[in-house]
Amino acid sequence: MKSKNFLLPLLGLALAAASPARTVELLNVSYDPTRELYADFNKAFGAYWKAKTGDTVVVKQSHGGYGKQARSVIDGLPADVVTLALAADIDALSANAKLIPPDWQKRLPQNSTPYTSTIVFLVRKGNPKGIKDWDDLAKPGVSVITPNPKTSGGARWNYLAAWAYAKHRQGGDAAAKKFINALYKNVPVLDSGARGSTTTFVQREIGDVAISWENEAFFVLKEFGSDHYEIVVPSLSILTEPPVTVVDKVVRKKGTAEVARAYLEYLYSEEGQDIVGRNFYRPRSPAAVAKYAKVFPQLELVTIDSEFGGWARAQQTHFADGGIFDEIYTKK
Amino acid sequence: MAAIVANSLGSQPPPTAAPRATHDPFWVRWTLTAVALLFVLFFLVLPLAAVFTEALRKGVGAYFAAVRDPDAIASIKLTLIAAGIAVPANVVFGVAASWAIAKFHFRGKSLLTTLIDLPFAVSPVISGLIFVLVFGLQGWFGGWLAEHDLKVIFAVPGIVLATTFITFPFVARELIPLMQSQGSDEEYAAITLGASGWQTFWRVTVPNIKWGLLYGIILCNARAMGEFGAVSVVSGHIRGETNTMPLHVEILYNEFNSVAAFAVASLLALLAIFTLVLKAFIEWRHAASRR
Repeated sequence: MKSKNFLLPLLGLALAAASPARTVELLNVSYDPTRELYADFNKAFGAYWKAKTGDTVVVKQSHGGYGKQARSVIDGLPADVVTLALAADIDALSANAKLIPPDWQKRLPQNSTPYTSTIVFLVRKGNPKGIKDWDDLAKPGVSVITPNPKTSGGARWNYLAAWAYAKHRQGGDAAAKKFINALYKNVPVLDSGARGSTTTFVQREIGDVAISWENEAFFVLKEFGSDHYEIVVPSLSILTEPPVTVVDKVVRKKGTAEVARAYLEYLYSEEGQDIVGRNFYRPRSPAAVAKYAKVFPQLELVTIDSEFGGWARAQQTHFADGGIFDEIYTKK
Repeated sequence: MAAIVANSLGSQPPPTAAPRATHDPFWVRWTLTAVALLFVLFFLVLPLAAVFTEALRKGVGAYFAAVRDPDAIASIKLTLIAAGIAVPANVVFGVAASWAIAKFHFRGKSLLTTLIDLPFAVSPVISGLIFVLVFGLQGWFGGWLAEHDLKVIFAVPGIVLATTFITFPFVARELIPLMQSQGSDEEYAAITLGASGWQTFWRVTVPNIKWGLLYGIILCNARAMGEFGAVSVVSGHIRGETNTMPLHVEILYNEFNSVAAFAVASLLALLAIFTLVLKAFIEWRHAASRR
């Protein structure tokens, strides 16, 4: 009895000395379709960080329509890192709440976008409506599923891709506006997020074609089998660049700056890039690009900067209150 | 609705009038009955059956795996915590408020009655946004809370607050008509006979409102566990941390994990059924005690 009492404090000391490892918790606030990507990546990063420092990292995830996600972070959701659908909303974290410096996008390589994607079409097996390119979507009698550009990042990319197509193939902004108008007349429901739209198309079986992130379309094929759905790649689309950043004000307070930075940098590592490719995002590193070259079709891709003069401009012209989208959608 | 139920609980059944309804033509009676039964079948029985069929589609193993998932367990815990705080709080507030309204006259009484109904009148999403506006980082107290490292929204306190707000009227709405119909005579009698305020409350008022109170608690609990809109706004949707059961169901459904989604949904349905059985039992006991 006595010896036990004597040993206990010693045991405690030994345990304390043997395991200085801490458990660190990160919160990654992300948009809708990245669930599977980050479920994979968080495990890989956990193993990497444990091997490197001995610390255990638990990464918690929050997913949702991206506009809502950015809003929540501005309202105080303590995200260590945000991995959102487009730069405009991370800009809002800087402009509206001073959570990050204005030049955040220069802090990581390639405009802080470790992976890219594009916008493609998801149709039902056999492509019964014969959808081949964007102009087929604006034809009468075709029901198109796309989320609401007011609340969904994916939806804005969808809209801009359609606009870019019409501008290039049909001649100028006026034609583009007309085309967009006809296209959105074919949209029966505007879901608030990309995943909601996919659910509408897949599980509620509404619509002939869903305009979708390429990664989301591949995911549907993987999950539901290519005997139910097909991917149609248009002749022209937009290079979507979903950026990532550390939320400085949060990590400073939580003392997680180092691990949060390492987490995002690991997205650029070979393993990170491989996970990116495996989850159907287009990787950046040459090795991963080569490895997944067969998966991703080649097509003409415009960028937000060259085509629309960056997110701030595109936002102002198209999606702000009273912008072109409002004009089109309220006219309906 | 609640008021009608409470009134019928509190008063004797009216003397039986001539049973005119049964004199309607045969086809009218059967059509009405059939319509009612079909309605119940399509709007209650089928959806409920669908929830359980879908949940068990991949067998009992998949069902229990979904229910035992750490995120699911965290959501169950959070739902129980939220209901466990919201319901007792609303019992105290509800009894106090209805006691004040039914037994006393004071200025602003109708204002108080209106305020109690406010959570029913406001859309749950707006209720959630109110808390974001007050406690959010950009809100009134956001800066102060952040400086003192206190978390309200996107954490458990916010979820408890939103749930309490949404379920606030249930107990009070149940008790006010009941207490008003009972009047204050028994309390006056008790006080005249020398009972103290507390004695009057515990020995006279509480036994009188016992059944109505239980009924209110059950309704309050059912809503507290099932609330989606307001909680969704203040939750932040952190997996395994700030997702209640209804939110967790939505997330699973959005991940195309419909077996797991319906498994958790079936737990919610079971909680609801349990609540209803309890309600029926209490009504039965109540009827028995009056006989």
